[in-house]
Amino acid sequence: MIWNRHFECMEREELQKLQGNRLKEMVKRVYDSVPFYRNKLQEEGIEPDDIMSIDDLNKLPFTTKQDLRDNYPFGMFAVPQPDIVRFHASSGTTGKSTVVGYTHNDVQMWSEVVARSLTMAGVTKADIIQVAYGYGLFTGGLGLHYGAEKVGASVIPISGGNTKKQLQLMEDFGSTVIACTPSYAAYIGESLVEEKIDRSKIKLKAGIFGAEPWTQEMRTQIEQVLGIKAYDIYGLTEIIGPGVSMECHFQHGMHIFEDHFIPEIVNPETGEVLPYGELGELVFTPVTKEAMPLIRYRTRDLTRLHAEKCECGRTLVRMEKCVGRTDDMLIIRGVNVFPSQVESVLLEMSETKPHYLIVVDRDNNLDRMEIQVEIEEAFFSDEVKELEGLRQRLKANIASTLGISAVIRLVEPGTIERSMGKAKRVIDKRHLH
Amino acid sequence: MIIKQLSVFLENKTGRLTELTGILADNDINISAFSIADTADYGILRMIVGRPELAAEVLKNNGFTVKITDVVGMIIPHSPGGLHKALQIISSNNVAIDYMYAFASGECKATVVIRAESLKKIIDVLQEHKMELLREGDVYQV
Ligand SMILES: [Zn+2]
Repeated sequence: MIWNRHFECMEREELQKLQGNRLKEMVKRVYDSVPFYRNKLQEEGIEPDDIMSIDDLNKLPFTTKQDLRDNYPFGMFAVPQPDIVRFHASSGTTGKSTVVGYTHNDVQMWSEVVARSLTMAGVTKADIIQVAYGYGLFTGGLGLHYGAEKVGASVIPISGGNTKKQLQLMEDFGSTVIACTPSYAAYIGESLVEEKIDRSKIKLKAGIFGAEPWTQEMRTQIEQVLGIKAYDIYGLTEIIGPGVSMECHFQHGMHIFEDHFIPEIVNPETGEVLPYGELGELVFTPVTKEAMPLIRYRTRDLTRLHAEKCECGRTLVRMEKCVGRTDDMLIIRGVNVFPSQVESVLLEMSETKPHYLIVVDRDNNLDRMEIQVEIEEAFFSDEVKELEGLRQRLKANIASTLGISAVIRLVEPGTIERSMGKAKRVIDKRHLH
Repeated sequence: MIIKQLSVFLENKTGRLTELTGILADNDINISAFSIADTADYGILRMIVGRPELAAEVLKNNGFTVKITDVVGMIIPHSPGGLHKALQIISSNNVAIDYMYAFASGECKATVVIRAESLKKIIDVLQEHKMELLREGDVYQV
């Protein structure tokens, strides 16, 4: 099923023309109404009239998270405050959060892209959808809520937490779809097993999961325990929230709603635009946003784009699951390494995710990577040959996934420091001297 | 005939073994025998203790990775040739041994703790040759 065949299956040439027109109009608009952009474009010697088509996109400067912080709270808004109907904010790990405003039309557009996303997962007005994303400043809850109402599904706005209640309503109301973070879905799955709830009383068929990184292994695990098909939804508050892109049932990456959000992949160091298929930083230009349009926003997410037409009939480009964040990326002996790759190797070898720590050091001008892995009961054998075998297997799998070798050190549980529940994954000692 | 051995993963860090023996002492658990198989980074501590289940529980609660492993205890005379004779029996019957360690028990006897691929096979072979085996009842007070 396709919610909006006109835009989702548009010929690419026609789509690019549409993107070009929308970009032109948007650049003019921000030039007139956002002092930050007017100054920036003037500094670069760019006039709105220089932007004639989509091919001129790469003439424009980038916008970064720091720019949003510097203009906190309303400095990036392109409309006066009375035109704003809603605020959302993304929590910043450092200091101030980022505030995003929405006009009435922005909320409509957001509902539209979420409706398209839900339709990709097979959601119709006949479905009962349990929205277990948090409602509030976070975009997850309300984003999914409005999209689900637009589809006409029956929405249970339960928000996150209170797992007993989640399970009870799931059973009593007969929820057919659940939307939440993948880690919460896994937790609900565990609770379902713990509470010994009869699986036949649960009518769930699909789950829409996003807002945090998750692996293929996690998908399999969630699908098995909940008996559903798990779909990946992507989005970020700065662009709109969930619904920037979404997987169709062929699951060959997430279709980006390019009529609203123009994607690019750039080299994170040089900013140079990379061709389809190459790994780089994802950049978005949300051309139809009224309240807070952004020019070439650097997401810091690393992924690839693919433009071949999908089996589902959509012509929209597909983005792969993000392999990491530019902030997380380590360059070791010239190779890009992401902690998430190490994590996926560990997950393949054990049911539960072991705690690990990557320590990078430089020895005689040569980078040395050590991966400490906490030995858990499931891994533990009382024979040296078994443990050494495990270490060799880890070493080989790490080498084949990362493309570089690492020293594997088995350590006792609890050795790796946990701070605020979130484990520190990397210590890079190279910058210390 | 099968006795329970406690196996613990130990990182090579100063004081870690002392911490473990302290926990066992605090819980009034006696260590009859132990051996350590070590590598450059870590070791595997193998112990025969009084009340192995309790010992495993208190160690787990203190963050150790613990496993209970089945082993066989073979009693040999504490005299020249005693171990040799026993090993001959085992090897001539093609029983593969994963590891073993020994401790003296009393004046004239020694106990060899053996972990083998097939514990049943080794028990059968040893009994056939009238070798004395440690019983679970008396082992934990060795
Ligand atoms: Zn598709």
